[in-house]
Formats: sequence, structure tokens, C-alpha cells
Amino acid sequence: MEDKPVISIKNLWAGYEADTILEDISFEMFQNDYVGLIGPNGGGKTTLIRVILGLLKPDKGTISVMGQEPVRGRRHIGYVSQFQVEDKHFPISVWDVVALGRLQPNLLQNFHIRPYDKEVIELALQQTGMFEYRKRTMNELSGGQRQRIYISRALAAEPKILLLDEPTSSVDSQSSNQIYNLLAELNDHIAILLISHDLTAISTYVKTIGCVNRQLIYQGNKELTADMVEIGYGCPVDLIAHGLPHRVIAGHQHEDHHD
Amino acid sequence: MIEQLSTIFSYEFMRNALIASFWISLATGVIGSLVVLNQIVSLSGGIAHAAYGGVGIAYYLGMDPMLGALLFSTASALIMGAVQRKTRSGADTLIGVMWSIGMAIGIIFISLTPGYKANLMSYLFGSILAVSGTDLRLMALIAFLVLGFVFFTYRSLLAISYDETFSTVRNVPVNLVYLTMLVLIGLTVVVAMRMVGLILVIALLSIPPAIALNHFKDVRPIMLCSVVLSFLLCFFGLVISFQTNIQAGPVIILLASAAFLISSLVRRLHLSKKP
Ligand SMILES: Nc1ncnc2c1ncn2[C@@H]1O[C@H](COP(=O)(O)OP(=O)(O)OP(=O)(O)O)[C@@H](O)[C@H]1O
Ligand SMILES: [Mg+2]
Repeated sequence: MEDKPVISIKNLWAGYEADTILEDISFEMFQNDYVGLIGPNGGGKTTLIRVILGLLKPDKGTISVMGQEPVRGRRHIGYVSQFQVEDKHFPISVWDVVALGRLQPNLLQNFHIRPYDKEVIELALQQTGMFEYRKRTMNELSGGQRQRIYISRALAAEPKILLLDEPTSSVDSQSSNQIYNLLAELNDHIAILLISHDLTAISTYVKTIGCVNRQLIYQGNKELTADMVEIGYGCPVDLIAHGLPHRVIAGHQHEDHHD
Repeated sequence: MIEQLSTIFSYEFMRNALIASFWISLATGVIGSLVVLNQIVSLSGGIAHAAYGGVGIAYYLGMDPMLGALLFSTASALIMGAVQRKTRSGADTLIGVMWSIGMAIGIIFISLTPGYKANLMSYLFGSILAVSGTDLRLMALIAFLVLGFVFFTYRSLLAISYDETFSTVRNVPVNLVYLTMLVLIGLTVVVAMRMVGLILVIALLSIPPAIALNHFKDVRPIMLCSVVLSFLLCFFGLVISFQTNIQAGPVIILLASAAFLISSLVRRLHLSKKP
């Protein structure tokens, strides 16, 4: 591992108004990492991403992105939100959406798209296989096609870190395999944090797994430990029922516990 | 026809009205497109009605009512914008409250002012035939401000309108751009009030872009189309108003509504023709 973490979180607490959602999170991610995050609905995965992006201020604890505060460090992050933009009628082309990834903090720098920006946008569209759709309007695309555009938009930022919040939830299996292969390739020079409920995909593609349910269980290895399963989901039987490959579940037998 | 038109526009007040229509259409077509795309039609309505408070107070103090309207609309744009930034949902109530407070203040101060007040009706219903040279210069200035702002910040504006969260993550100065846009909406609303009155100003702001949105898939042609439509509507509104001696504002808005209906029908037909 390299010396400097790209994301570093220490004893972080965060939530909304009176609700504490994240409790005492500590987490370090390095340049070569490819972390898969799992956890139940409402466990706080998206909240954690919002904190990393500087969209939500932590109540306690410290967080840095590329050694800086999140609001400054986030310029190195490519982000794919769990939620698609709601307004289906907004008249914007695929190309213009991916071009948003090239936005700069300086308004005048955004005045026009430079030739280099154009190259980056084209490459990002090709990487998700959506180049031929570049002239379409967003509302003429299917849900999965849009998700692929949002991945392109994240890549267009030339990020050092990718935060992907269920990026393939409505992508067909062939395209999602394609996207996961692409991510594995990008992982050469980009650190990736991937949230997904697709345990099979997670167990196949990521390097390490963590589990978020108010707390974060992350030991920096690939196995889903009994700890994670217990805190995250309550019972490992669920996971086996999901058809999860056996090798992923490590550690001792799950003991009966009080609810 | 040509002869008739040249008679109509041989009057100076009609020529001024036409020039005013041009500047107002430039501003409302461009900023109105942003209003519609950002779905802030009711917020803009709130700004327009709050401006009436400024008209009333300025009138009471013996100042130019236009100045009062400009100050009030700018202030209310900033307040509503700031609140909307904080609480996405709470803004709706606040809009309603400021809407009524503005009107109430306006009415109270106007009734406190002694003397003949007929010309105050013009702020409610428009008085395009009475624009002065100063009015025209103000309209031109605001049109240039709107065009300049949209021209120079176009990509950032588009980004914020489409996906605010992503723009924030890219560190685009979202609040600055958004509040500037609201202030420009406020200024545009005040000059457009001269055309159709504050009660109908929202229609002038939103109907042409709504029509354009039916037929174009990119923001720039939507803005251009809105400007052209808005100018045509004002032009024909003025002509009809001149010949029938009916106030221009309501005529323009009825024309706009008719155009909107026709455009929606055309779109329906067009869509149903496709297999
Ligand atoms: N804007 C908000 N205001 C108040 N509470 C919120 C807000 N967003 C999320 N929450 C709450 O925070 C908790 C965690 O939500 P979060 O979106 O982080 O879950 P998640 O792990 O991403 O779940 P999912 O798998 O369903 O996406 C939930 O209980 C939710 O109700
Ligand atoms: Mg989530």
C-alpha cells in the first residue's frame, strides 16, 4: 500500500438534524483500492458518500479527501449518484450532460469547451459504449442507458477517486459486466468506492469489502466476515439464499444471537 | 395592410411601444426559459407581486414607482432565493406569504397617499402606450444584463438547472449563479410589468418558453424561439389593441394562451401520427 490515503476518515459521526446515521466511522482508502460497500437499505451508505463529497457536514470527527477538506478535495472525485435526475423533460443532449463533468469552479473557464475537454468527453462516452448516442436528448434514453451516461460524466472529470452509488442498478447484465471490467481497468490509476446491493458483482470484482449499518465494518480484506454479516444483515442465511459464492463468507459459524 | 401598419406606427407612442416590446421580449424570452426549466414559475410570480409593495411605498414617498418596484423585486428575489437554498420545500409557503405581503403593503401605502391614483392601475394591468425614453433605456439595460449573464455563464447555468448536486460537487458557484438569476428575473419582471401589468407578467414570462419547449430539444433554440414568439405576440397584441381600443396587456396574454393551445394541439397531432 502507498503511504498517503486518498480518503481518510477518523471517528466520524454524521446525520440529519436530530438523527445520527453514522456512528464513529473510521476509514482509509488508498490510490490502488477498489472497495465494495454493502449494507441494508437505510444503513447510511449514501450518507457516507454525501459526507465524503462535502455535501453533508459531519457532527464530529475529521475527514479529508486527497489530503484536503472535502469541499476542496472533491474536485478529484468522479461521482455517480444513486438517484437519477428527476426532470424527464429537461432538454439536454447526452453530450452536454457528459460535458458537465468538465465543469470548473471558475465561471469564465466554463465559457467554452476546449479541444482537450472534447477529447476527454469523447473518451468517456466511448468507455461506457455510449458514444453513438451522444446527439440524443437525455429523455430519449432508457434508465440503464442514462446510468451509463452518468458514469461517463463521472469519468469525464478525470477523477483520482470514483464514488459510485449503485451505478448499475438498472443496467442489463451484459452492459454491467462491461462496466465492471472497465472499472477494473480504471482501477490501475483510480481508487474506486462502489456501493451495490449486487453481492455477486461485489464479490467478483472488488478488492476489499466493507459493510455499513450505522457503523462501518472494514478490515481491508475481501472476505465478508461473520461480523459484517451480523451487523449488516443480521443473518448469513439471507446471503446464502442470495446465491452468494461460499468462499466470500469467512470466519467462524454464525452463532444464534438475541434480537 | 402595410398601409394600415404604417399609419399605426406613425404615432410616436406606438413606435415606443414597439421598441419596448423588443427589449422586453429579449429579456423575458431568455430569462423566462430559465424560469420554466428551473420550475420556478411561482417563485417568479411571488417576486412580481412583492414588487407592488415597492410601487406603493415609492408612490407614498413621492419617488418614481419604478425605482420602488426594482428595489422590492431585487430584495424579494434575494430573500426567497436564500430561503429556497436552505429549505427546498419550505419555499412554497414563503412565496405565498411574500406574494401577499407585497400586495398588501402596496395597497395600504397607495390608499395612504392622497390624490388621484388612476395611473397606479397601470402597474397592475400595464401601460405600454405610456413608456418614456427613460423607461426604454432601462428596458434596454436590463435586456443587456440578462443577455450578458446568460451568454457568459451559459454552461454553468445549464449545469445548475439540470443537476444542482453535481454542479456543487464540481464546485461551480451554485449560489452566486442562482441568486444572480433570481435578481435578473426580478428586474425583468419589473420592466415586463410595463407591458402587461404585474398580474399578467408571469404569463408573458412562461408561455413563450412553454411553447418553445414543445418543439425544441436544446436550451439555446428554446431561448431564441421564446424571444421571437414573445415579440410577435407583443407586436400583434399592440396592433389589435390599437384597432379595438382594448388594453394591450390582456390582448397579448390571450394571444399567447391561444398560441400555447395551438402549439400543444400541433404537438399532439404530430406525436399521434408517429407509429
Ligand atoms: N435528507 C435526509 N433527511 C433526513 N434523513 C435522511 C435523509 N437522507 C437519508 N436519511 C435517513 O438516513 C438513513 C440512511 O440513509 P442512506 O440514504 O444513507 O441509506 P443507504 O444505506 O444509502 O440506503 P439504500 O441502500 O436504500 O440506498 C435512512 O434512515 C434515511 O431515512
Ligand atoms: Mg443509498
